[in-house]
This record gives sequence, C-alpha cells and structure tokens, in this order.
Amino acid sequence: MKGLLRKKYDVVIVGGGPAGLAAALGARQAGAEQVLVIDREIEAGGILNQCIHSGFGLHYFKEELTGPEYAERFIRSVSGESVEVFSNSYVLDITPDLQLEIISGDYGHLQLQTKAVVLAMGCRERTRGAIRTPGFRPAGVMTAGLAQKMVNMKGLLPGQRIAILGSGDIGLIMARRLTLEGCEVIGVYEVQPYSSGLTRNLVQCLEDFDIPLQLSSTVAFIHGKNRVERLTIAPVDAQLSPDHSRARDVNCDTLLLSIGLIPENELSNKLRLRMDSATGGPQVSSNLETSLPGVFACGNVLHVHDLVDFVSEEALRAGRFAAEVATGLRRPSDNISLQSGENVASIVPQSLSPDREQIIYLRVKQPLKNCILTIGERYEKSFRRLIPSEMIRLTLPQGVLDRYFGENLRIDVRLREEA
Amino acid sequence: MLENKHLTCIGCPLSCPLELVIVDGEIYEISGNDCNRGEAYARQEHSAPCRLVSTTVACSTGLWPRLPVKTASAVPKEKVMAVVQELHTLQIEAPVRIGQVILENVAETGIVVCATRSLPQKPDSTGSPHRD
Repeated sequence: MKGLLRKKYDVVIVGGGPAGLAAALGARQAGAEQVLVIDREIEAGGILNQCIHSGFGLHYFKEELTGPEYAERFIRSVSGESVEVFSNSYVLDITPDLQLEIISGDYGHLQLQTKAVVLAMGCRERTRGAIRTPGFRPAGVMTAGLAQKMVNMKGLLPGQRIAILGSGDIGLIMARRLTLEGCEVIGVYEVQPYSSGLTRNLVQCLEDFDIPLQLSSTVAFIHGKNRVERLTIAPVDAQLSPDHSRARDVNCDTLLLSIGLIPENELSNKLRLRMDSATGGPQVSSNLETSLPGVFACGNVLHVHDLVDFVSEEALRAGRFAAEVATGLRRPSDNISLQSGENVASIVPQSLSPDREQIIYLRVKQPLKNCILTIGERYEKSFRRLIPSEMIRLTLPQGVLDRYFGENLRIDVRLREEA
Repeated sequence: MLENKHLTCIGCPLSCPLELVIVDGEIYEISGNDCNRGEAYARQEHSAPCRLVSTTVACSTGLWPRLPVKTASAVPKEKVMAVVQELHTLQIEAPVRIGQVILENVAETGIVVCATRSLPQKPDSTGSPHRD
C-alpha cells in the first residue's frame, strides 16, 4: 500500500456506475488527458452489475441488453481510453478549489488536485424510516435493491414468503426474480392509485406469474419479534392515510421496500451546492455545471432517471463539458431560467441558453391523457399520455427560444381542450 | 367468431397498449403500437408467448459467487421455470468471459444460455489471502 501522495488530474469523476463511466468517456473524447474514476465498490459498473434482467440499451445501443452487459460495454470503452479507475475507494471531501480527499483500499489516504469534478454518485433507496411504517423492528425488512444484490451477486435468498411495498421497477423486477428462485411472492402493495413502475414490468413481472398488485393500499403494521411474521395491509383514503377498519393481516417472513430513490448528495451538500428540492439533486446549468464552477453533475445524483440510456447520454455530455473547463474553455453563462408550471414536478437543467441545442428532462405530477406541453409561448408538443414514472425528454433545436433572452420561462402541461 | 384482446407490449419501456381484433382465432387487426416491435410482439404473444430468461448460476471460484446468464433468445413461456431450475444445478468455473456459452439446449428448448458478464477469479482462489 502506498502512502499519501499528491497527483493532478484534468477531470475526476466521483462514482463508477453508468453515469461515471459515460462521463469518463465523454471527458476523454473532449480532450481531457488525465481522467480518474473513483468507486467505492470492488469493481466499476454500479447498480447495473446486479440488474441481471434485460431491457437496457434500446436507445443507446439500439439493442436490448442486461445490466451487466450494458456495464461491460462501458467498462471496456473506458479502459480502451486509458482512464484510471480507483475501485475500493471513497471520496471523503471535495474542497471548493477542487482538491479531493480519498480513502482507498489500494492506495491508502490520498489527496488529489483536479481542474474539474463530475459528481456521479447515483442514488440510494428510501428505507422504512422514510415512510415511518408502524410496528415491530424484526429482521426481514429490507429494500428491494438490497435483496437484488443478495440474490443476484451473493447467491443468498432474503426469505421464503415475500410481500413487496411499493410498485417501483426494482420491486416489480424482484417479484419476478424471487418467484423464479422458488420464493412465494404474496403481493405488491402500492399506496398511490397507480403503479410507479413501467407498465411493461407490471405485465412481464407480475401478470406473467399471477402476483397480485393492490393499489391504494399500504402496510399499516409490521408484526414479529425476531423475524417478520405478518403484515397488516390497509386500504388508504384520498389523503393516503390507512383505513384501519378495513385492514387485514397477511402472513409472510419478508417485506421488501420499493418506495423510491434519493439522490446521494452528501458531497454536494458539503460543498454547499445550490440544490433543487424537486429533484433532490444540485441545480445545474445547460452544460450540467452546478453552482460551483468546475463541478458538474449527471445521472441519478442529479435527478432519478428511469432509463440508464438517458443516464449515459446525460453523463457523456457532462464529461464533455467538464473537459472543456479543464482545457480552459468557458462557455457564456445561461440567460433563461426554467420554472415548473402547471402539472410539472421537476425540470433538469434549471436554466438554458438559446444559442445551442438543448436537452430538457422533466416529470409530470400526475397521470395525464391528451395534453400539451408548452415552454413559454414559442414551443409546444402534444402527448397522448404522460405518467410521473416516465421521464419526458425534449430536444430543443438551436434558436427556438431566442426571443426569451434574459427571461424566466415557465413549462406547463395542460389538458388539451375538447374540440 | 370475433373477439377483442388487450395486450401490453413489453418490447421497450413505452409499454404500448395493443388492441387485437381476432377472427376465428386468427389476428385480423393490431392497433395501438408505436413501432414494428409491437406488432411482432402481438403476433408472437397471440400464437406462442415466449420470454427471455435471465438468472444466475453458481460460480464459487468467481469474484462474486453467482454468474449472471441469459437465454440467447426467448424461450416458450411455459418453459421458463424449467430453464431456471436446470440452470440452478450448474457449477461454473471462473474465469468466465462475457458471451461464453454456459449451457446448450436448455430444458430441451434448443436454445443456448450465455454469460452476461466477464467474471474474474476471486483473489483468494489463486492461493493468496482473501482481502474481504
């Protein structure tokens, strides 16, 4: 093990998942010489390594891949581009002048100086504490992603008779996965009146295996002293509060939680980056730069995506913009700020510059049919159907927003008026 | 006889709602699909539903003790469980290369099963002390 050493990099990327790997690739392609990826796991690839199901890559690679296949393509590209990867390593601190303090299983304690940083730490799952489920605190309550890592990478089963709270995609995928592994999945319970996962996952993960999905219901109590023994399931009212008079108990030994993801922004907060309360990530300009010059963000640490393909696309751009800064190029700052209007839950980036092509990602607040999305008065697009769980990606051609120089622009999604 | 059938395309995350008009058991019309994948899926799903299967096999000498694998193409839906069960009986030796054939003719479907990642040996399987 080497002792403390100092080194200089052009771009350092925090996180070696899909975002970090694509950012590294983007940075190299845009001319950054010394590019380093830091990851806390024993290998790069991030969450993709445990997502052994297929369904990744249709946009980016134009073919359907499993998670590990998608990861390996990027890992190969990155190693072909002479990017350094420190696995088994953890970034403890980043200073405003872009020094990084790292603790590494291979190199010990390190301090590095870089010209640009790309934050690509991803997100983590919400746990029982986040929704304050009443009851005992027995073994057998865990997030769906943890169960996925146990089953797919370590060969361990979380239990035998399994209930799933939340209809997020990881929960649906795990319902199928555990059924294939011989477990009995007794049901998926979703507090909202609609599923938060992709419809195709409802079909191929639940319907294919006759696993019931119960909407507008939740786990009202967890029973069991040492191990989960049973759950009280209650329907919820319009305010999403459980109606105990109509509750019933179900027997199971495991409760998986698939109740949402939180961008993992401890480093961003330490850096006092300006944050967006709607996305849970840093606010970024059209070149994905945070409020601290030279610090960029992409992937799930910026906003939770539903498709890795869009993570890769976004991260490639973040890497390129980071390389621009590292090589001394400065773009003019944005002059249009974007605001969420009617039915819009979140927007990334939070500002725009009309002089170049722009990609905007946004989510709606509730399911909508036959609606029109407008940006100011200059741009509109119709949608047959929009749901909160499917992120909307818009490409704005250069010049569309020319007229709005220096203004605040609202993005609204309104129902199309009946003709 | 005329009947209507509703399906959800699983070809991509758009999850298009498909409407099938079926006359005497044969597909007469398919609508609701945004692309050709939807039509192909509807025809396959109506005549002989099949699914791609991904699971893991044991690899005790690997960096991780499980190796992810998938069927090279979709297998008949009713064979899915048999495919997984047969794969559960295997023990694979690391190192493994991505795309390596793990099993041929799985569950007598005529379809091969391939590794979906490269898996190096775990550090201690060469005799040096394991760090974990």
